[in-house]
Amino acid sequence: MAERLSNREGIKGMANPTRYGLERVAYWLQRLSGLGLLAYLIGHIYETSAIVNGKIAWDKMLELTQTIEGHLILTLVIGMCVFHTANGIRVMLGHGGIGVGKPGQPEYPYKAASLNYKQRLCIWVSIALAALAMMYGASVLLGD
Amino acid sequence: MAVVEAPKPSEESNTKTSSQPNTITLRIARSNPSEGQEPSFSEFQIPVQKWTTVLEAILYVKQNFDHSVAVRYSCRQASCGSCGMKINGRPALACYTKVSELNSNVITVEPMNNFPIIRDLAVDFKQLISNHKKMKPFIIREDSEVTPESKEFIQTPQDLEKFLQFSYCIKCGLCNSACPTMATDTSFIGPQGLAQAYRYVADNRDKGKDDRLKIVDDSHGIWRCHFAGSCSQVCPKGVDPAMAIQLLRGYLLGFRK
Ligand code: HEM
Ligand code: SF4
Ligand code: FES
Repeated sequence: MAERLSNREGIKGMANPTRYGLERVAYWLQRLSGLGLLAYLIGHIYETSAIVNGKIAWDKMLELTQTIEGHLILTLVIGMCVFHTANGIRVMLGHGGIGVGKPGQPEYPYKAASLNYKQRLCIWVSIALAALAMMYGASVLLGD
Repeated sequence: MAVVEAPKPSEESNTKTSSQPNTITLRIARSNPSEGQEPSFSEFQIPVQKWTTVLEAILYVKQNFDHSVAVRYSCRQASCGSCGMKINGRPALACYTKVSELNSNVITVEPMNNFPIIRDLAVDFKQLISNHKKMKPFIIREDSEVTPESKEFIQTPQDLEKFLQFSYCIKCGLCNSACPTMATDTSFIGPQGLAQAYRYVADNRDKGKDDRLKIVDDSHGIWRCHFAGSCSQVCPKGVDPAMAIQLLRGYLLGFRK
């Protein structure tokens, strides 16, 4: 009820990357990859902690994780890691006011200088690097 | 009494813009939350011209079909900031959006998100105005340019360029409506307010930088901006609030002095 009265979009609106261009997609991917990496980190600590239970427990865990599914997940983690780092550097510099354009007289049709081609290029490069790293990772993990 | 005729499709415009339909369906979101009225849509068939704006289409409904549609507007020329609404899913000024540029025979107008609905398309600006005021939107300094012994504060064109675009904000709230943080954080200052904090910080007549930095350095302040840029995507005046916010944060992060 309160939600309806205040007409906030809520999590569904926050997490909808389809309406406001590439920068909003990057925001969404950064969140998703950050949460994905956090989940992986927790899982990874759990996985590697098996070693304190001795060799048998460790080998059992490896059996569980060194599978096609395990390698597909790892490939995804590689992609998330590369995108999150590369785009994270763009975002951190942006947060400091670097690369966000210079104020000036706005001219019709008022294209925002902060949504400039360098920012967009960095986002595309982050996506491309993640894709390349995933392809390489998949070839190593899943190849013969 | 002057009779205002609604735009009628003319022969000429039919031939010139054959791809453009001259009757569209306008779907208007109706609700009255304080009366417990559930949201619904009213649909109307509206004749349009190439130049008909969404606001004109809504006013056509009010004149010809249903006067009870609640909509706020004033200037009809993107200057007063009253007519912000969601048009086919994106926040925009109704008076500044032509039906023809939407490339659709069906236009859906809804109240802007992240603002409480008063009725139909009219939303409540209390939070935006109060956050705007919290930013101290005025020049802060000891001396004055209006006392008899003082002179006006001189600014060069370069000084002016540093804040001019941010001063074009018409408080329409489109940025707050598009912002992903605003979607979930009920206490966030919002891009409108943060951009205005920077507008005054960047003004070399102003001495209130430290005051304002303290205000925005809050858990629901500038740190909640993730530079998703949606505010700047929808701003109709070229304010570019996303740029203002990052430049402002540059001070707090030590990138700028
Ligand atoms: C060199 C490595 C990394 C860089 C440069 C980086 C950078 C960033 C930046 C700049 C943000 C803030 C984005 C924003 O303001 O919206 C962020 C968010 C986040 N990061 Fe990272 N990060 C890195 C590694 C990691 C790792 C290893 C994890 C997980 C264990 C992680 C988890 C997260 C999470 C959960 C968020 C919050 C997501 C959000 O609020 O949007 N990051 N990261
Ligand atoms: S910054 Fe732009 S979108 Fe936001 S209130 Fe001002 S004019 Fe409207
Ligand atoms: S009516 Fe004034 S901005 Fe649209």
